Amino acid sequence: MSVETRHRIRGGVGESVTRPDGVPKVCGAFQYLDDLRADGMLWAATRRATVARGRIVALDVGTASAMPGVHDVITFADVPGRPYQGQIVPDQPVLCDGEIRHWGEAIAVVAADDPETARLAAEAITVDVEELEPVVDVERALELGDVFRHFPVRRGDPEARGDVVVEGFYEMGTQDQAPLGTEAGLAVPDGHGGVDLWGPSQWTHVDHEQLVACLGLRPEELRVHISGLGGAFGAREDLTLQTHIALLALRTGRPVKQHYDRADSFAAHVKRHAARMWYRHEADRDGRLVKVEARMILDGGAYQMTSQAVIANAATFAVGPYRCPNTFVDAYVVRTNHPPAGAMRGFGTNQACFAAESQMDRLAAELGIDPLELRLRNALEPGDALATTGQVVTEPLPTSEVIRSVAALPLPDDEPGDDPLRLPGGTGLTTPPDRVVRGVGYAVGIKNLAFSEGFDDYAEARVTLTADGAEVHTAAIEVGQGMVTVLIQIARSALGIENVEVVFDDTSKIGSAGSSSASRQTQMAGGAVLRAAEAARSAALALAGGDDLDDLGVWRDGELVMTLAELAERGPISEWVRFRHPETEEPDENGQGRLHVDFSVAAHRAVVDVDPELGLVRVVQIDIAQDVGRVINPVQLRGQIEGGIAQGMGWAIMEELVFRDDGTVANPTFTDYLLPTILDMPPVEAVLVEQPGTWGPFGAKGMAELPTVSVTPAVVAAIRDATGKALRRVPVRPEDIVFGDG
Amino acid sequence: MNVNGRAVTADVEPRTLLVHFLRDDLGLTGTHIGCETSYCGACTVIVDGRTAKSCTMLAVQADGAEITTIEGLAADGELHPVQEGFWERHGLQCGYCTPGMIMSAVGLLSENPDPSEDEIRHGIEGNICRCTGYHNIVRAIEYAAAKMRGEEPAPAEWETQEVTA
Repeated sequence: MSVETRHRIRGGVGESVTRPDGVPKVCGAFQYLDDLRADGMLWAATRRATVARGRIVALDVGTASAMPGVHDVITFADVPGRPYQGQIVPDQPVLCDGEIRHWGEAIAVVAADDPETARLAAEAITVDVEELEPVVDVERALELGDVFRHFPVRRGDPEARGDVVVEGFYEMGTQDQAPLGTEAGLAVPDGHGGVDLWGPSQWTHVDHEQLVACLGLRPEELRVHISGLGGAFGAREDLTLQTHIALLALRTGRPVKQHYDRADSFAAHVKRHAARMWYRHEADRDGRLVKVEARMILDGGAYQMTSQAVIANAATFAVGPYRCPNTFVDAYVVRTNHPPAGAMRGFGTNQACFAAESQMDRLAAELGIDPLELRLRNALEPGDALATTGQVVTEPLPTSEVIRSVAALPLPDDEPGDDPLRLPGGTGLTTPPDRVVRGVGYAVGIKNLAFSEGFDDYAEARVTLTADGAEVHTAAIEVGQGMVTVLIQIARSALGIENVEVVFDDTSKIGSAGSSSASRQTQMAGGAVLRAAEAARSAALALAGGDDLDDLGVWRDGELVMTLAELAERGPISEWVRFRHPETEEPDENGQGRLHVDFSVAAHRAVVDVDPELGLVRVVQIDIAQDVGRVINPVQLRGQIEGGIAQGMGWAIMEELVFRDDGTVANPTFTDYLLPTILDMPPVEAVLVEQPGTWGPFGAKGMAELPTVSVTPAVVAAIRDATGKALRRVPVRPEDIVFGDG
Repeated sequence: MNVNGRAVTADVEPRTLLVHFLRDDLGLTGTHIGCETSYCGACTVIVDGRTAKSCTMLAVQADGAEITTIEGLAADGELHPVQEGFWERHGLQCGYCTPGMIMSAVGLLSENPDPSEDEIRHGIEGNICRCTGYHNIVRAIEYAAAKMRGEEPAPAEWETQEVTA
């Protein structure tokens, strides 16, 4: 879609515009949730479960309540409305309902004069627990029938046979989003029985819907506001402390603030699903896929959260971006006594991608075909059917082009040398240069864009012309990804006005923009802003009888006929839009149908140096070619790619939330949960493949998840290339390299 | 102590951490808390000319010290070159690590005004960023280093790329 403007707008679509929130962020003036305060506010602290499963036989808050400075203590019995929350199935108790179902589950929350008193009071609560045997194994959960959702795919002929068969088991550990800002929030009672809430959110309207149900409020009695977030990556899609502090504020009549520490944060927000997967690929002698069978079990943890949607993605992207006429998948997400799993960047496609890409490499080796050639022979292109759902790809999908583009990038020509910083093990001086083995690996990923399975996915926006520019109103959430810049650029290009400001409205002022997730806001919030801006421009031109609009006003035949101030005086031009993407369908009983509205693909290449004797890995370089539709902001887009690669690489070689056999978490701190540092991060070369789509603004596609998805298998493939080890599990640990099977 | 050029006197409990004193007593919330274990560096400030992680330092240890926080960097409404670099070169996304990153970079550049890329990476290896993948942070510090030496920063990669609008 293109918009005719006579003059060339500065800072519009296609430019590397600087962020509007950049200056406050570099000055320390940007307001994050933990920076919020209110006069007379109380501080909240949470008492959590220390076991994975148990029955609370006695819960005594008397001592805590009697402590000086303590104003209130809440438990399950105090929840006035529906005592369970959850955005798809409300099965998570707002506070523990008597049965502890995971380590770190919130049991009680205290409000006190200061954080230290609150913490001491939380510790003073007596919780007597009768421990129960936890379910910590996904196969055991499946045996027990504790399945949140089974997603079957039955497509083609189950009796089909290929000439070559490869079969494998794969396993993935739990990853944490580890956003640098932990959860924080502020709830302020309005004096009329209602409350204003600022909390960690990727979608304020769905938080609002759950909160009014749990708090027993009428919708208009709660306003959920937007404030600064220190990252999200899926961790803020489900409620954490919001219900607690809102309830405490309503009960005490005082503002209540809470700021989780890192251990609280690890306990409270959802994780990326650990997975266990079995795959069998069959192909003909030329490498064409004949049949793919998969059985995938994802660990959903104790409560449902977004697991039902995650498993649909895992199942429907089980084959990757390849054609295959016969596909049979049984994907399960099961309940265990681990902390709940939910959304994280990639949302179920990462697990499928790791297993499927590992299989493609094994198939290539079995056939003696180059791994990239094998992928090209099977590449899914427009007009092809997705191997799982059978839906035909109708939008651009440059699968072959991303594969060829990444393969065409130059490989690093450096030798490790004897600089310890260029060696695995670094300044630990563990690795002599002659022991280093280099490996190169590839992987290709596919991800759906926006919401699927018939969900009524929409975003609202309002564009208002003011006396000196334009305001964009939205409830879409800036989590750091740069959406705010993109919305401004879209509005500028559509309006012809440069002075554009984004106003983040609370839930009472505008309707939902949907979640900042699923790579969807450039297309969804951006789509709404584009249409509202076009409508505002048309209305302004019609009102003034003009043919162009800019920051001065409306022009006709090169003459200014009405200023923006005069336009505003005539009655503000304010256009509201609810934008929907093309409809999707629910799957039939065989997982068939047009489940997804659109797709994007990316290919990664990883280069690693490995010390096979000690099992140490240094990632030397990671390259990517990605299908992005149309670039709105090149520098921001590359920033998303580099950050996404860091996270996916982290899962490949270092990041895992480790569960003990009793279901408790062994490493809920940044000292023990390893994150990539600046010294772990390799150079990245990115090729942006622009084939404009039909429904995103200016042809743009969502892009923020794919950089994370296929990098994980690419790094593992490179380590396999260097070592010859099978490496069926991530993160790859030193012992897997040293002692693992070949 | 002296914070951002302002004398500050307060009675604090012995257990009060410097980061809590800065944030809660002085209202200087630009210094962030990411991990409480000295690992992430979001709380980095400059104490008597050296960078320090204020989450693992007691306020009383800073008795009499000169402290600079992110709020004390910009002078007369002008961004410090490191602040400018992080904005201009897209060295931030969510921005939560940014104040600590910037303070570490200021500390690095005060000791080494012309660092190589490797030296920049080593200079801020104690600061974690979960959003950016770090490359634009390196570019931001290179930009600042050039400016502070009175040189014109090299053009950004995207300034030499074709704009598609």
